[in-house]
Amino acid sequence: MSKLLVSPSPHIHSKDSTKSLMLDVVIALIPAVLCSVIFYGWQELLVLGVSVASCVLLEWAITKYMLKAPSTIGDLSAVITGILLALNVPYTTPWWVIVIGSVVAIGVAKMTFGGLGQNIWNPALVGRVFLLVSFPTYMTTWKQPQGLFGVDAISGPTPLGTIQEGLMQGSTVQELTAAYDYKSLLLANLGGSSGEVCALALLLGFVYLCVRKVIKPWITLSIFATVAVTALIFWGINPDRFTDPLFNLLTGGLILGACFMATDYVTSPMSLWGGVVFGVGIGFLTMMIRYFGSYPEGVSFAILIMNSVVPLLNRWFKQKKFGRK
Amino acid sequence: MSKHTFSLGGVHPHDNKISRECAIQPLPIAPTVYLSVAQHIGAPSVPVVKVGDKVKVGQVVAEPGGFVGAFIHSSVSGTVKSVAPRADLAGRMSTHIEIAVEGDEWLEGIDTSDTLITTIPDDPKAIIDKVRLGGVVGLGGATFPTHVKLSPPPGSKCERVIINGCECEPYLTSDFRTLLEKGEQVVVGAALLQKAMGGVPCTIAIEENKPEAIAHIREVIAKLGYADMDVMVMKMMYPQGGEKQLIDAVMHRQVGSGALPISVGAVVQNVATALAVYDAVQKNKPIVDNSVTVTGECFPRQANLLVRVGTPLQYIIDYLGGVPADAAKVISGGPMMGRAVANLQAATVKGTGALLFLTEKQTRRAPETNCIRCGKCADACPMGLEPFLLNKLSKAQDWEACEANAAHDCIECGCCLYSCPAHIPLLDNIRVGKGFVLSAIRARAAAAKAAAEAAKK
Ligand code: SF4
Ligand code: SF4
Repeated sequence: MSKLLVSPSPHIHSKDSTKSLMLDVVIALIPAVLCSVIFYGWQELLVLGVSVASCVLLEWAITKYMLKAPSTIGDLSAVITGILLALNVPYTTPWWVIVIGSVVAIGVAKMTFGGLGQNIWNPALVGRVFLLVSFPTYMTTWKQPQGLFGVDAISGPTPLGTIQEGLMQGSTVQELTAAYDYKSLLLANLGGSSGEVCALALLLGFVYLCVRKVIKPWITLSIFATVAVTALIFWGINPDRFTDPLFNLLTGGLILGACFMATDYVTSPMSLWGGVVFGVGIGFLTMMIRYFGSYPEGVSFAILIMNSVVPLLNRWFKQKKFGRK
Repeated sequence: MSKHTFSLGGVHPHDNKISRECAIQPLPIAPTVYLSVAQHIGAPSVPVVKVGDKVKVGQVVAEPGGFVGAFIHSSVSGTVKSVAPRADLAGRMSTHIEIAVEGDEWLEGIDTSDTLITTIPDDPKAIIDKVRLGGVVGLGGATFPTHVKLSPPPGSKCERVIINGCECEPYLTSDFRTLLEKGEQVVVGAALLQKAMGGVPCTIAIEENKPEAIAHIREVIAKLGYADMDVMVMKMMYPQGGEKQLIDAVMHRQVGSGALPISVGAVVQNVATALAVYDAVQKNKPIVDNSVTVTGECFPRQANLLVRVGTPLQYIIDYLGGVPADAAKVISGGPMMGRAVANLQAATVKGTGALLFLTEKQTRRAPETNCIRCGKCADACPMGLEPFLLNKLSKAQDWEACEANAAHDCIECGCCLYSCPAHIPLLDNIRVGKGFVLSAIRARAAAAKAAAEAAKK
């Protein structure tokens, strides 16, 4: 002992760091990543690799050459953005489209706002929506995968897309959803973004995050509840026109969005009630877009819209202070 | 598992009670002790001895400097060597009475035997007066003069005495050891406090990580048969020992901003204070010593020592083998709210409860990064504040906004800084804001008073 350290209390710190929390999110995504690779094979691996690598490289390059600041890639948040972006696009997406998506996600949605913590919208979602609008064909069609089993390739729209098209051609929802077996939607949902392949894998990750106290379940649960209730009402009124609750819960990237995108710290409210209102808003907007909008899948838009009101929610819904009215 | 705890926030640091098996041992008396005249909240005491005076253990050496003040007694017998400024543990100067020790002769009238006296005096006033004469101050950290707490302002009434045996800070075990080894005395002390407050019920709150103490105190209460006294087993949660938090946990009442516990009918005293009350009232023994936990993973010998007030820290540490080579920080108190020691020559005060040694690795703060808006600080805050916001407002020096967002309610528990994954020094900055808000509030009160007086004339 040469000189005593003197600094104000507290003198100890919890083991949590930004990096450890982000690492937990990466761990929570592993089941979903594994499932997507198992079902979609090497092409999915390529999508994931390109996405993560370009997100991380981009963030590194921007901090080093443009901001001339210490690198922030060590906090792993760019890795998460990369994985989420990859899971949010079909496995057939060409590599250069993904690179464009990561430029939008990291370059535009994250770094121009000042990096992690300063952005208003979830970067991966901004990337995805940009791609959805700019390259709709790549983003909404999927091919029966070769997977590890080498089946023949057939291409077609996603489940929600199929329903929307069918409805326009005059079929009823019952006829259209008959093609989908809910158990397979839960366990191996082929079609749409690669991350949706196994709802169970996503839910496993969600439970892990809750158990590790990385996130609190309220946002996700209120999204699920609102989607279920809204769908129940519409479906109850007109089952020929509107899809049922379970179908809505299991398709269109709802689980992926509710578990991993809507719960992003930076772009979600902090308090319990703020989170509940946020979740209800996402659930309701998702259903409105799905039932009445021109995009078959509404989750991404719903989350981005609700991201924009987070500052207001943070102001309106505050924790009650101790001993004050 | 117990469910009793406070309603907002809180954290669970690892409790690290590695010194829990160490019985309280008397530390040999140091050759010289230094008694600070400012070891309690309120006016510093006024020395009543001069250089060359012979003093005995328990003799008054300084008198209270006001109603909110305390007597200070000599903790040793010997000769007054000086009455002069000396550096405290933070290096700030205050008047100390230096006494060179000769023998160990106690003042007549102090009962130094071990006989337990369980009869409670009838007159509450007499109890409170003896507490005052014994120089008793809150030993849980705040060192607020106890007799002041026991004299509620007119119009307020005490409904329950709470004895704080939570010891929720990691590492500390001196209260736990006191409950085990001096349980009878603590319980009698609690009964004295009940009586002093007019025969109100009493709850002794102990966290569930001290099952031996819970069982022992329950036994003692049954044996001594005092009415309306029980043990409440608390869930482990920091900062349960905070006065406002404990009252909320025990009585489900929240003390308002800037208000005192008595406003909701509570009087809280900690275990060591209850023991001091027992000593002062039943044995005529003022506070001359207190138990100090000396601990830390890097410290070779864990200990609980009975230390005479005014013993230099260095003397205690040398007795146990000196500061370990890998210790980077010495803390007076616990790791959450204790103060880092800058000066090992400083002497202990009545409120010194622990010396904790932490290594560089245990105490190093990681570099600050961007706030990720995770809300963990707000979740952890037991006062329901928004530390991330107060941090920003303090840094922007927007004191009005700090006040609007209740920076002055902060109890400086450190939960926010402890939890923040971005390692933002939240509390460091909030303290600054709190200081400005408090002085603004005081200035307004003073101005209002002056205006009222001017209007009267
Ligand atoms: S130190 Fe203050 S702001 Fe931080 S958690 Fe404790 S009471 Fe809240
Ligand atoms: S804990 Fe730290 S990172 Fe999280 S919101 Fe509070 S200040 Fe920001």
